[in-house]
Amino acid sequence: MSAVFEQIFQVGFLAAIIRIATPLAFATLGEMFSERAGVLNLGIEGIMLLSAMTGFTATSLSGSLWLGILVAVLTGMLMGALHALFTVALGLSQHVCGIGVTLFSSGLAYFLYRLIFGQQSVPPSIKGFETLPIPVLSSIPVLGPAVFNQFALVYMAILAIPLAAFVLYRTPWGLSVRMVGENPRAADSAGVSVIGTRFQAVILGGALMGLAGAFLSMAQFNAFTFGVVSGRGWVAIALVVFGRWDPWRSAGAALLFAFVDALQLRMQASGLGHIPYEAFLMLPFIFTIVAMAVMSRNAVAPSALLKPFRREER
Amino acid sequence: MPAPLIEMRGITKRFGAVKANEAVDLSVAPGEILGLLGENGAGKTTLMNVLFGAYAPDAGEILIQGQPVRIASSADALAAGIGMVHQHFHLAPRLTVLENLLIGIPGRSGRIDRAGGLARLAEIGRQHGLTLDPNLPVSALSVGEQQRLEIVKALFRGARLLILDEPTAVLAPTEVDGLFSALRSMAAQGLGIIFISHKLNEVRALTHRCTVLRHGRVAGRVDDPANTTSAAMAQLMCGHEIVPPARGPSTPGAAVLTLDGISTSQHSGTALRDVSLAVRAGEILGIAGVSGNGQRALAEVISGVRLPDAGQMTIAGQKVSGYSPREVQALGLGRIPEDRMTTGLVTNLPLADSMVLPRIGTAAFSSRGLLKPDAIRAFAEAQIKAYDIRCPGPMTRAGALSGGNLQKALLARELAFDPKVLIVSQPTRGLDIGAARFIHEKFLDMRGKGCGIIVIGEDLEELLVLCDRIAVMYEGRIVGTLDSADATVARLGLMMTGAEGHS
Amino acid sequence: MFRLEVRTSTPAWFNLALPLLAIAATLVLCSGLIALAGAGVIDAYGVMFTASLGDSYAITETMVRAAPMIFTGLAVAVAFRAKFWNIGAEGQLLAGAVASCFVGAIPMPGPLAMLLMAVAGAAAGAAVALVPATLRVKFRVDDVVSSLLLNSVIYYALMALIEGPWKDSFSGYPISPPIEDSANFPVLLEGTRLHLGVVVALLAAPLIWFLIVRTTLGFRIRVTGENPEAARYGGINVERVLLSTALLSGALAGLAGVGEVGGVHFQVMSDISPGYGYSGIVVAMLARLNPLGVVPAAIFLAAVMTGAEAMSRATGVPAFLSDVIQGTALLAMLVALLFTAYRIRRVGAAR
Repeated sequence: MSAVFEQIFQVGFLAAIIRIATPLAFATLGEMFSERAGVLNLGIEGIMLLSAMTGFTATSLSGSLWLGILVAVLTGMLMGALHALFTVALGLSQHVCGIGVTLFSSGLAYFLYRLIFGQQSVPPSIKGFETLPIPVLSSIPVLGPAVFNQFALVYMAILAIPLAAFVLYRTPWGLSVRMVGENPRAADSAGVSVIGTRFQAVILGGALMGLAGAFLSMAQFNAFTFGVVSGRGWVAIALVVFGRWDPWRSAGAALLFAFVDALQLRMQASGLGHIPYEAFLMLPFIFTIVAMAVMSRNAVAPSALLKPFRREER
Repeated sequence: MPAPLIEMRGITKRFGAVKANEAVDLSVAPGEILGLLGENGAGKTTLMNVLFGAYAPDAGEILIQGQPVRIASSADALAAGIGMVHQHFHLAPRLTVLENLLIGIPGRSGRIDRAGGLARLAEIGRQHGLTLDPNLPVSALSVGEQQRLEIVKALFRGARLLILDEPTAVLAPTEVDGLFSALRSMAAQGLGIIFISHKLNEVRALTHRCTVLRHGRVAGRVDDPANTTSAAMAQLMCGHEIVPPARGPSTPGAAVLTLDGISTSQHSGTALRDVSLAVRAGEILGIAGVSGNGQRALAEVISGVRLPDAGQMTIAGQKVSGYSPREVQALGLGRIPEDRMTTGLVTNLPLADSMVLPRIGTAAFSSRGLLKPDAIRAFAEAQIKAYDIRCPGPMTRAGALSGGNLQKALLARELAFDPKVLIVSQPTRGLDIGAARFIHEKFLDMRGKGCGIIVIGEDLEELLVLCDRIAVMYEGRIVGTLDSADATVARLGLMMTGAEGHS
Repeated sequence: MFRLEVRTSTPAWFNLALPLLAIAATLVLCSGLIALAGAGVIDAYGVMFTASLGDSYAITETMVRAAPMIFTGLAVAVAFRAKFWNIGAEGQLLAGAVASCFVGAIPMPGPLAMLLMAVAGAAAGAAVALVPATLRVKFRVDDVVSSLLLNSVIYYALMALIEGPWKDSFSGYPISPPIEDSANFPVLLEGTRLHLGVVVALLAAPLIWFLIVRTTLGFRIRVTGENPEAARYGGINVERVLLSTALLSGALAGLAGVGEVGGVHFQVMSDISPGYGYSGIVVAMLARLNPLGVVPAAIFLAAVMTGAEAMSRATGVPAFLSDVIQGTALLAMLVALLFTAYRIRRVGAAR
């Protein structure tokens, strides 16, 4: 037990948790904004994959990391707009559209990647983000190197959490988002555009999902592989439920998942050699399913989630 | 008389082939309370939704202080100074009072303007005596308080015209008095008010002038409602004098449904507290009460979808043990739900499927797990003919039928199997006169055949003509039961506020 | 000006016209990608067609690919009818493959082995599908998310199996030991890979159609999916219907895995399914959840997959075009379905 304890408080382990949590935090916040406005976005897995691809490609071709980030974010926004077009403007099934967006985005990512880079035995890589120690803070023992000696995107994720909470709870737009997710008719009769607000929320969500994808291919792996997302999008959807549609709790859920994931990575490495490492890869997913079972009874989803809004319906 | 605040000219609104409004004219002056009167389905709500920008009219124009305006959305309506209190409140229960007020209001330097909102709320509270705790979640408010919040919301946005759609339907009579005095004070300060109702006594007590709608058209106007008889106004509404269905004397037999000390625990609605009642064969028992006083829980227990915590229920002398819909049906219970579309029918499937739904497992419609499609079809066709259900055929999507025809279909499905007890909620809500009459006659018919019927309703006039006895519910309890010969609207109204009646 | 009007009924020819419309729109939209890859659109689609449906051998190859998608398509169609959002057909397929591979490796008479493989595979798929259904009924866990997450769990479990206990110690490849030769499904046409499982898949579709349309269980599934509240008041045990649907759906997806092991690969490897479970969703939607429609829809997707590989070899357009086509077809079909609910009507210019 104490050996595990020691490991947890190793700097490397803490830093790994933060790093694993970063894309999940972006993705979870993105999904949360979408769902708070009443739109489930199952396209998240595909949007992350496509953004990971476009961001990587843009950087690879231009040499500019931030251009890559910009392209990834724009990709996410575009796919968010596509999902909103189907589910918000046309009022189609959010479940099936989300799956459709994921299938379409993943297919497009594979197709374009193969078209641009061809089939290579060693996948091309980029010189990804480097850690950016923050003066003073990074010299705090343990916490400093773990939290304040990270990629710029990690700091962005950390800042995104209070920012998301501020936007959601303190701004008129955030109030509109919450209102269209709870009672779109009330928002409509108060002069708030339900369709517009939902579009904006889903597109903002897409931008955050784009950041999540970009982090994977441009900071974590520095390459695009077909398994670069491997279920992290689906996990983010579960984390939103686990985090009860709240920015702070959702970020906490991402951190908890990252802890389990980092733990299983340690277990893989810690010489339990006779067990194939894939057995450990299952753990975070099983943990998430169990966590949902424990939490779902008390979790109350936004009332209008999954419900399209049409004004003239009688 | 001052110039009209709002004028609607020649408004026509169609839904598919149905004309919900046709060439309707209407005007309200500042300081005037206009009654908009009409039967359910006469087009009152549609007309007001046109005024509020929720529906685009197919023809006609709207003028504000003489200027033609285009109201394409509720944002336009609000900007034009029109506020509306809908029948179903437009509130988000999980957000606070203040948040519900501030929705759609621009913030200050990018943030929600809490301080400004609080100041404005306090000011409105002072002006009209409408006070609310800004930090409570709406789910913690009573129905009356939620309505107050809706009115405050409209005033908050600077409404000069306030539309209230059936505001008294959810209130107890004492709360109605409070609402009326607030409305009078607002009118005295120059607000125009449109008061939608089908309750004649309320319209006569409150309004200065009345426009009556019938089948989507203006059937007439009343310039002095206080001094016009209810009968005259009713005739305008219905187009003919109301002839109550002939309810002959009956000789009730043995009890077919008994509830003894039924209580339920807290759930989404009001819980039942020690409810005991009995319905006898050949008798119609009415359940009156302001909505939200446990009627839903009562219907759910009797229908077998809610397990009571305490107490016993019998149907036709048999004790109910499992409280499943299947069990109570097997014992002889029929059910006509209030919400036809959600708990009665399956709108996306053929009508025939909905008509056999509760009895699909019986030998009439299936054997050994296989359906009998011919029997299902034949049954549906026979009922369509017998009840004159207007539809292209049994394979029509149920959702395509009109409300009256759906109600007939539900009636047909339950009555075809001679239930011993029938539980009915709001049987004629939203139906036209003809359909309502048909339904009433069927109930009396069943009563004559020895069926015990329990009718849950809010419309006291309807209960008085239909029922042999009327029980009144208040906060989950039965406060008293009256023979309908002894019952009056006034007496029932008093009991609905919780005053004990005499059994 | 145009406006949408609610339809009261849909003509029967819509069942055919809408998927065809969706497919046509998909092919037009995806032709942009072919052009982007520098190939001739007509050429590329031409190669796709001849390689998948152009001669009898190509047709048998397409049918072999269609079989698992018929099963997963049926699995999804049945589940979606009840609004049990089973996105887990992929994992259920893998579970079925593993279970049947395990049984098929035990020496026993061929017919018995095949039967037991089917039973084991169906049972394994059903067991996996029961997890999200139970979580939904008992714990109110969203079935979409849990069935999706379960796909990852099953996939890694399979990987752990073929990297661990099942690993080929001789070659070191992560593949399972092969099943007994006697358990290999008989080939129906000499010189092709057309196996018994394909016929079983083709027979399964009318069987499931009969179940949905003509049995009380099917009635309960339909009503529960369309309006669970009305179903509950109508005396239907909604929870039990959901669990039964899950068992049925999972068993069908499991059979998809059985066919791949018994008829195509004779063992289990990591890429035994190129996403047949997810393709099942596309198939089911193209079929408008009608079990009979699942067969042509599955054949279409199989033709796209088979054809895309040939097209890639011939024109250099990446074969991943078939994935894009699947996603586009699903979205196009959803839009086309709007025509069943609404009709577009021309109205006079608004004043």
